[in-house]
Amino acid sequence: MTLLAHEAGVARVIADDPWITLGPDETLDETLDEASDVIVPLEGLDRVRPVARGRVGLRVPGDADADAVAARLGGVDLVQIELPRFTDGRAYTLARLLREKHGFRGELRASGAVLPDQLHYLARCGFDSFELADGGSVEDALAVFSDLSQSYQPAADGARPAWRRRRPVS
Amino acid sequence: MYTYDAFDQRMVEERAAQFRAQVVRRLDGRLTEDAFKPLRLQNGLYMQLHAYMMRVAIPYGLLSSDQVRRLARIARDYDRGYVHFTTRQNVQLNWPRLEDVPAILDELAEVQMHAIQTSGNCIRNITSDPFAGAAADEIADPRPYAEILRQWSTFHPEFAFLPRKFKFAVTGAREDRAAIAVHDVGIRVVEGEGGAIGFAFYVGGGQGRTPILAPCIRPFVPERDLVSYAEAVLRTYNRLGRRDNKYKARIKILVKQTGAEAFARLVEEEHARIKDGPLALTDEDLEPFKRAFRPPPHAVMPAEDPPELVAARLAKDRAFAHWERHNVSPHRVPGYANVSLSLKSRDLPPGDVTSEQLDAVAELADRYAFGRVVVTHRQNLVLTDVARRDLPALHGALAKLGVATPNVGKLTDVVCCPGLDYCNLANARSINVAQDLLARFEDLSALHDLGDMHLNISGCINACGHHHVGHVGILGIDKQGTEHYQLMLGGSSGDEASLGRILGRALTGDEIGGAVERVVVAYLQLRESPQEPFLATYRRLGPAPFKEAVYDAVGA
Repeated sequence: MTLLAHEAGVARVIADDPWITLGPDETLDETLDEASDVIVPLEGLDRVRPVARGRVGLRVPGDADADAVAARLGGVDLVQIELPRFTDGRAYTLARLLREKHGFRGELRASGAVLPDQLHYLARCGFDSFELADGGSVEDALAVFSDLSQSYQPAADGARPAWRRRRPVS
Repeated sequence: MYTYDAFDQRMVEERAAQFRAQVVRRLDGRLTEDAFKPLRLQNGLYMQLHAYMMRVAIPYGLLSSDQVRRLARIARDYDRGYVHFTTRQNVQLNWPRLEDVPAILDELAEVQMHAIQTSGNCIRNITSDPFAGAAADEIADPRPYAEILRQWSTFHPEFAFLPRKFKFAVTGAREDRAAIAVHDVGIRVVEGEGGAIGFAFYVGGGQGRTPILAPCIRPFVPERDLVSYAEAVLRTYNRLGRRDNKYKARIKILVKQTGAEAFARLVEEEHARIKDGPLALTDEDLEPFKRAFRPPPHAVMPAEDPPELVAARLAKDRAFAHWERHNVSPHRVPGYANVSLSLKSRDLPPGDVTSEQLDAVAELADRYAFGRVVVTHRQNLVLTDVARRDLPALHGALAKLGVATPNVGKLTDVVCCPGLDYCNLANARSINVAQDLLARFEDLSALHDLGDMHLNISGCINACGHHHVGHVGILGIDKQGTEHYQLMLGGSSGDEASLGRILGRALTGDEIGGAVERVVVAYLQLRESPQEPFLATYRRLGPAPFKEAVYDAVGA
């Protein structure tokens, strides 16, 4: 698994990801530094958040309801959205709603069925980082991220609609 | 018509380059067929029975003569010298090689065309009234709105992986010639208080195995909210549409299961949140789109028929008379007409056109129709804005090309999918049935003047031939390994849209042609007057007399 992020329209590899992922039944114990940044599933959130001294991230499935997720975002610095299949587009809407309806400003991370050719759309919907699925080529992902240099419609990236941006300033 | 600026041009060029690189990755094995599939589908490339099929977008069916010439050249250089126009106003190449597709995309980009989102579970090409901008019964030209929706939906990052494909149709006329009731979203331009332009949104219609007529979920969406309301509909669908069963994944199922009113409330809630955001349209946003579709420079013509036309009629030219009656429609400007070119002859499958014909049509469009050609959802072509004095000359030229069969909107104007001859989904052939019917009714329709009678044929339940909304619909099915055909009557995609009902047991390939013939004969006996069209007779009497006519002959 390789972690990528993007900035100013360019994708890059993140070599030193500070986040540690906990399973549904795992708790912070002495083997883990309580100051670590941990990503926990929804059912582990109440158990971990009170004792964690580092940052807390929340992992939700791509079909989660945005309003329900938003209700749990107090003190959460990262939301990891897991795509069950790359053909399941609900994660894109979920990300936009978290950003634009609920004002989530922390990191949005895509994981699961994340393929190189999807990163551009995911980024436009508000994702900051991507765990590339096994088998996906990192080189391809970096290369194709910038295939399209412009867009017609606004999304979570704050792009202006093309029909307004193109109009000559009078 | 709308012409690309540097921004649009860059978009299609970057897309062509992107797909070229994806093909390289597929051919050298970096992309598996599974991973490549959704990428090629978003670019209109299907794996068919014998080869790839490539679908090219024709936004709202409108082509310039240069685009027509380029399609002719592409078909000649990369395919077998013909193209196929579809029921969604698109055009298909039946035999492109994967290696050639990037070059074809470059050729298309040079004339401001592309194959973006012509398949896949995304927002597809937006269709409209073939007489848009020229119809006598138009409230407003729908194409500026279709174009702005085209731009909004192109590479929309949120809606590339919807539960299922998604089709818009927009009409600006009083008579619905865009079949808006059987689309995922059908938009009708309406006039509000004080003449303000707005849109009635019909959501959740469709054909396929569960045909449903779309309910109107909001009768008046203000002009400024066109795009934001569309986005609210799509977001609601993307969140809640079913993904567990592809046959229940279209928005029609969601609307039906949620209830139209409850679905409308969900959309309203989302729309209230976003309507004053960046998608709200200003007059300044809309003005360039409206300007792009200004009418061509019509000459001022006298209201009475020009001498050329009167002379042609006096010559008692029966071919011309039939053609003028069936293939020429009124235009909103005096002295002009809209001319339909019939792609339904015995020479080629319905909707197919050769490169030579395309080149000739482009020339005629330049000479007689301001260089514009429109593709219709009944798989014909239209030249809008033809001066009526040119009709006799144009008729002569079209007849030579074999596209003047006087049958537009009539029984032999068969709408037909490619069927089992090309398509790997089909259960039965459809083209041969269409050809059989064309032969059978060639004389009869001229003899009895059947009036408007739409015949639609689909080779399988996916309903690409729109059999549910044919006045006469034929559906190919597989019954114990042999081709059979269900006959249905009473469908319509027009103003009082309705779905056809199955008449009786499925018929064999040998029986279906005769069965349609018996329906026609029964209609001729049953109609109250020659002015009563088939659909009216059927609605008045119901299926019983037609059922009797068909099944007394072949057995129930």
